[in-house]
Amino acid sequence: MDENLRREIILDNYKEPYNKGLIDDNSYIKVNTNSESCIDNLDFIMKIENDIIKDIRFDGEACAISTSASSIMIRSLIGKKVSDAYNILSNYKNMINEEEYDSSVLGELIVYNEIAKQPNRKNCALLPLVAVEKILKELINNDR
Amino acid sequence: MNREDFPILDSNIVYFDNGATTLKPKCVIDAMDRYYLEHTSNIHRGDYQFASITNSLYDNVRNIVADFVNADPKCCIFTSGTTMSINMVVFGYMRKFLKAGDEVLLNKAEHASNILPWMKLSEESGIIIKYVPLDSNYSLTLDNIKKCVTNKTKVISLAHISNVIGDVRDIESIGKYCLENNILFNVDGAQSVPHIPVDFKKCNIDFLSFSGHKMCGPTGVGVLIGKSNLLEEMEPLCYGGGMNSYFEDTSKYELKSVPTKFEAGTPPIAEVIGLGEAIKYLNRVGMDQIQKYEKNLKAYLIDKLSGITNLIIYNEESDSGILSFNIDGVFSQDASVYLNNYNICVRAGNHCAKMLKDEMNIKNTVRVSLYFYNNKEDIDKLVNVLKSSKNIFDIVL
Repeated sequence: MDENLRREIILDNYKEPYNKGLIDDNSYIKVNTNSESCIDNLDFIMKIENDIIKDIRFDGEACAISTSASSIMIRSLIGKKVSDAYNILSNYKNMINEEEYDSSVLGELIVYNEIAKQPNRKNCALLPLVAVEKILKELINNDR
Repeated sequence: MNREDFPILDSNIVYFDNGATTLKPKCVIDAMDRYYLEHTSNIHRGDYQFASITNSLYDNVRNIVADFVNADPKCCIFTSGTTMSINMVVFGYMRKFLKAGDEVLLNKAEHASNILPWMKLSEESGIIIKYVPLDSNYSLTLDNIKKCVTNKTKVISLAHISNVIGDVRDIESIGKYCLENNILFNVDGAQSVPHIPVDFKKCNIDFLSFSGHKMCGPTGVGVLIGKSNLLEEMEPLCYGGGMNSYFEDTSKYELKSVPTKFEAGTPPIAEVIGLGEAIKYLNRVGMDQIQKYEKNLKAYLIDKLSGITNLIIYNEESDSGILSFNIDGVFSQDASVYLNNYNICVRAGNHCAKMLKDEMNIKNTVRVSLYFYNNKEDIDKLVNVLKSSKNIFDIVL
């Protein structure tokens, strides 16, 4: 990927993140990702109806990688079925961890395909994934 | 100064994370190597020659430590570090003597290790934690402390030098005030003992804690010093070998005297020897000299940084070698990743002082913490890199 384009996408999503700012609505489920390995501290809320992710929003203080990754991931998950979301998440995780992955489902998330070159930033890129997985897990538990 | 004593500085790094841990001079590493290569043995139990070399080295470190901070060697306990030392004070002494409703004065600039043990004790026994408000420059003053003292105040616990703001608290006056008002005085010396002369007796400190690795020594060893009568009454948190006189099947047992009763199990022997060597080294460099040098270097740092317009400095008035700042509009971690690109090591975050945000309205900062082996060239490198930080995201992303 062209380095300038990669930087531009990340920077745009950092400076003007998508769906940043929470709303007070109890049809959303909320989690916090006070990362154990770094200082990022983001809250996420998500709304799911009939197995479709209707909305995700986030807020908090975090670095350029965490913030932009949250923005891009949120955009790529809204409107998806939960099973498709899981597919995106697992391919994203594999990409960050330098394992085999299907790039065709990742869209703009592909900008982080070289983040492993900076190992201390892998967790930044994984932060929104941890948050979304946490919410989905909570939903499954609630359904039981 | 003394850069040639630190082999790691050959690697061309600019090391500004001394508040987290300091670099190690070769003499410290050599002393520990000698223990492992030439006289490995446990302490206090062997009759062979290696053991007697180790014993005498180990025991002598207590004298070295005591001399360094003007305390009694019998009142110097080796611990795993400042965190363990403070936990021993809170759960070994305070838990025994404080009652529900007794008040402990802390402040929001304290490190987690001087907050969480108290919170836990408060949860268990109903002691009340009160936070002394900080001044407008985020420093802690005796005047503000006095305003919070009531007839229920039993303890004042504070860092001699706070680890984010770096203000040097006037522990001599505070200690005198504590003595006059029958208040216990617990001092976290992690950021001060390595950098300025500290006098345990003169400051009427009841408990003083510090860590080896922040003063040119190894990780895994620290010190707790207490007044003799308090240590006599303090309970050990750890029981086992080395600290008991006898035990029988009737469940009768007797513990050894202070400080041995607080050092159960095999201690970090190499580390204690390394700590002793580190203190001897600091004495050779000279603590007065170190204090003076760091003060001048900090003034130089502030002078150079104040010319950079997009920099927000939070503590230029503080007297220690700690400086906290942010690049305007840049998250502190991005700033530290940027500096790393030029081999400049700093720390980003809340620095374990997670309540300081209530006073500063900012959660995270970049922290530069100096030591005597830093020099003006280090600072010039930092300043040059910060001056060109407009392209920060070209570097970071």
